[in-house]
Amino acid sequence: MSAARKFSAAVGSKGAASERELRGIVDTVLRLARSIGVAETEVHVDETISALTRFANNAIHQNVAEHTVNVSVRTQVDQRTARATTNRTDEDSLRAAIEASLSLAHSQPKNPHLLPLPGKQRYRRVNRFIKRTAALSPEDRAQAVRRACDLAIKNGQTAAGIFSSAQSQSAMGNSRGLFAAYRDTHAVFSITMQEDPAASWAKENAADVADIDPQRLAERASDKAHRATDARELAPGRYTVILEPAAVLDLVGFLFYDFAATALQDKRSCFNQRMGKQVFGKNISIVDDVYHPLQLGAPFDGEGMPRQRVLLVDRGVPKNLVYSRASAKVAKKKPTGHGFMLPNEYGEAPMNLVFSGGKASVEEMIASTDRGLLVTRLWYIREVDPYEKIMTGMTRDGLFLVEKGRVNSAARNFRFNQSILEMLRNVEMMGPAVRATGEEAFEMVVPAMKIRDFHFSEVTKF
Amino acid sequence: MYDLATAALDTAKIRGATYADVRVMHLRQRDLTTKNGQVGTLAQSESIGIGIRVLANGAWGFASTDRLTREGVAACAAQAVSIAKASALAKRGDVVMAPEDAYVDSWQSPFRKDPFEIPLETQLALLLAADAEMRRVKGVTLTETDMQFRKIDSWFASSIGSRIHQRKVITGCGVVATSFQGDEIQKRSYPNSFGGQHALQGYELAESLDLLKHAPVIAEEAVALHAAAQCPQKTGTLILGGSQLGLQIHESVGHPIELDRVLGQEANFAGTSFLTLDQLNKLRYASDIVNVVADARIEHGQGLGTFAYDDEGVPAQCTDIIKAGQFRGYLSNRETAHLIGLQRSSGTMRTESWNRLPIIRMTNVSLLPGTWAFDDLLADTDDGILMETNRSWSIDDRRYQFQFSTEIGWEIKGGKRGRMLKNPSYSGITTEFWNSCDAICGREHWTLWGTPNCGKGQPMQTMGTGHGASPSRFRNIRLGTAFSEQ
Repeated sequence: MSAARKFSAAVGSKGAASERELRGIVDTVLRLARSIGVAETEVHVDETISALTRFANNAIHQNVAEHTVNVSVRTQVDQRTARATTNRTDEDSLRAAIEASLSLAHSQPKNPHLLPLPGKQRYRRVNRFIKRTAALSPEDRAQAVRRACDLAIKNGQTAAGIFSSAQSQSAMGNSRGLFAAYRDTHAVFSITMQEDPAASWAKENAADVADIDPQRLAERASDKAHRATDARELAPGRYTVILEPAAVLDLVGFLFYDFAATALQDKRSCFNQRMGKQVFGKNISIVDDVYHPLQLGAPFDGEGMPRQRVLLVDRGVPKNLVYSRASAKVAKKKPTGHGFMLPNEYGEAPMNLVFSGGKASVEEMIASTDRGLLVTRLWYIREVDPYEKIMTGMTRDGLFLVEKGRVNSAARNFRFNQSILEMLRNVEMMGPAVRATGEEAFEMVVPAMKIRDFHFSEVTKF
Repeated sequence: MYDLATAALDTAKIRGATYADVRVMHLRQRDLTTKNGQVGTLAQSESIGIGIRVLANGAWGFASTDRLTREGVAACAAQAVSIAKASALAKRGDVVMAPEDAYVDSWQSPFRKDPFEIPLETQLALLLAADAEMRRVKGVTLTETDMQFRKIDSWFASSIGSRIHQRKVITGCGVVATSFQGDEIQKRSYPNSFGGQHALQGYELAESLDLLKHAPVIAEEAVALHAAAQCPQKTGTLILGGSQLGLQIHESVGHPIELDRVLGQEANFAGTSFLTLDQLNKLRYASDIVNVVADARIEHGQGLGTFAYDDEGVPAQCTDIIKAGQFRGYLSNRETAHLIGLQRSSGTMRTESWNRLPIIRMTNVSLLPGTWAFDDLLADTDDGILMETNRSWSIDDRRYQFQFSTEIGWEIKGGKRGRMLKNPSYSGITTEFWNSCDAICGREHWTLWGTPNCGKGQPMQTMGTGHGASPSRFRNIRLGTAFSEQ
């Protein structure tokens, strides 16, 4: 039985495949490609086993599980490249994927800038696979959901949310001897507590399900929902805001692609003509660091280059960008290991942003505020102006008026139109950076922030 | 494929399911892009697998696998039942489904040219030629083009006896020119943002767009926008082009009428809706001239929301949503139909792929054409702003307050199109906005636009929806709000 067939048989019957089995399928593809004379081949194998329990109206209403495997093959011949992906792992399907990739590659003009595949690389090990997360059962999730729903019922509220767990593993290799593998787990608990006409929300995401306390999150959302029921309508305008980490994340998350060298080369980054200048306040420093203990993600990029820790912003000054091999060559820099799988037109991006943060607690931020707004979460954020980085969106699930150092009352939700560049010049206080999770951006390590002159343009009806 | 589906249904029944349905799906996709005269993405993918949804102990379970053997499918069905039984640990009542007939049928969406049979060289040559046309315009700093093709086969089987095969062919195509100058990035897209136009059509869609004619026009507009006047901040008359109005319909009519949102099932993520059940047949949603339908039937057009059966085995239907301004209907499924007094689902359950649960989705939610000729509408407008092609879009989680900005605008003065305006935007409250509509252009200006990127559900699913619209006029709208005080 070939390695690919063994892998095919393993998937779905015995749970996740081993790294050896993943390597087996990479080797099979490379062997098949060699046998039909393909000059250069790259293979990615990605396996995900995930489950998600969804609840609303104090009951589970959706409950799903999936097991997927994808094999993605890129061939490169005569300065041409293309990719074909299949979820079948038998040799005939793998051969068909190779041939499809070749056929696509042959159909295009030569690209004189295309680089040969990279050779063998060395990677720093990261351990983000937690067995108890992978082993979480539907019954485990249901029991936690039931406890949260019971709390809602006890408090006269209605709960909705998710409890999910997943294990993912990937391996990649190429015909020049490069091989890389990675696996991780992650769990998410998110809850919205509704107490008419208000709602509030709490969410956590971690590699280790033991780092998530669903009942504590349910209690926090329940308490805030109750406090949000009697919302006052305030006039739009500029306010001091205290953004909880999820709100900070969902805004600053829109900056990530601006740090891509390709985005600057294409003149669509907000840092175009601003590198080396005092763009943000001196209290803002940002790195991209996949090795940070609160981060998840593979220590290699889409071409198999090792991810580097990159200082992006130093005391308010954008200093460095991230580079794929192609954009690094254009800029005469070294690749930083942030490239996407080729071929693509976007190049690269930092996926593991870490803000430096501060020492203030949210309570201290509130105590220091004469008049302002405490923001739980932001929603439906979209870019209005790509160069000034003006974003619009709404507050959601808990907006509170702070007066004379205390949370005074709830406020009706606002629409904001706010430049992120200006916002990060107006940060007055920061909390410790935490692994934040929202709904608009992928998880990053960011602090709560107190920001002056945040611009709310309109108010909604609740 | 039906053998596997039947094996899954049999296992589910043996394990204790009182109802089960199964979708075996085979998805093929091809993506082509160019950037600045070079090929960008060039990829194709295929994925095949089975998703099994069961009711057991009065609760839902769903599992999926790509292991398409009798053993693999049986194991997946058993897992779905086991998950349903776990769901029952936190249920508040048993799921009740509206009755539906069993159907045995096969349907294929109409297309003239299979995009997977057109030589890739031909497709790339068209994109590269359009890319070159845009790059000839001085001041353009970034050019992008793209084509996307999908062919989706699904075999649906349910424990009530349905066996339905559907094949859908989808094409998307568009071009974008971007210009950076001074401290400003301006962009123009054709025929729409979000990758252009998308429809349930073959390669004939890409050929019909006449990319080579329009590419230099939008490139010139992208550059010209730098010198254009800023859209003023005021309350005034707004005329929306069809594609922008399509997105306005999507956000401020399509999402609020999803019954799962109304019932709180999306409260944690996509949000809820201001259209509470007591509003049905009572709310004056819009002015008298506004008629909106949710129509999945092929008679409505070849939109991204067109099919013969939904992914719950219910035939495509046309539902009145707004009739002469009155709120008349929701999007429902077999589980929720009885809550609004319906005997039957309105047929809107759709899934992204075999590994996702079907959920309530927009089909083609369209504003029916009015009577105006576009030139007459302009001539009838003394003072207003015409806005076209979406640039940003945002609405609150109950779908009241929205703000949109578009790529380009024109001042309308004395019934004539005047100077170009940059950074146009407008905002409002959904029902106030729709009640201010006083003119809708006729059938000759009506296009069934495709929105390919509607996100909903957890795990997230991306779905294509259709929105027919023709240019329309709205009075007393807040204009220029996105740049107020900036």
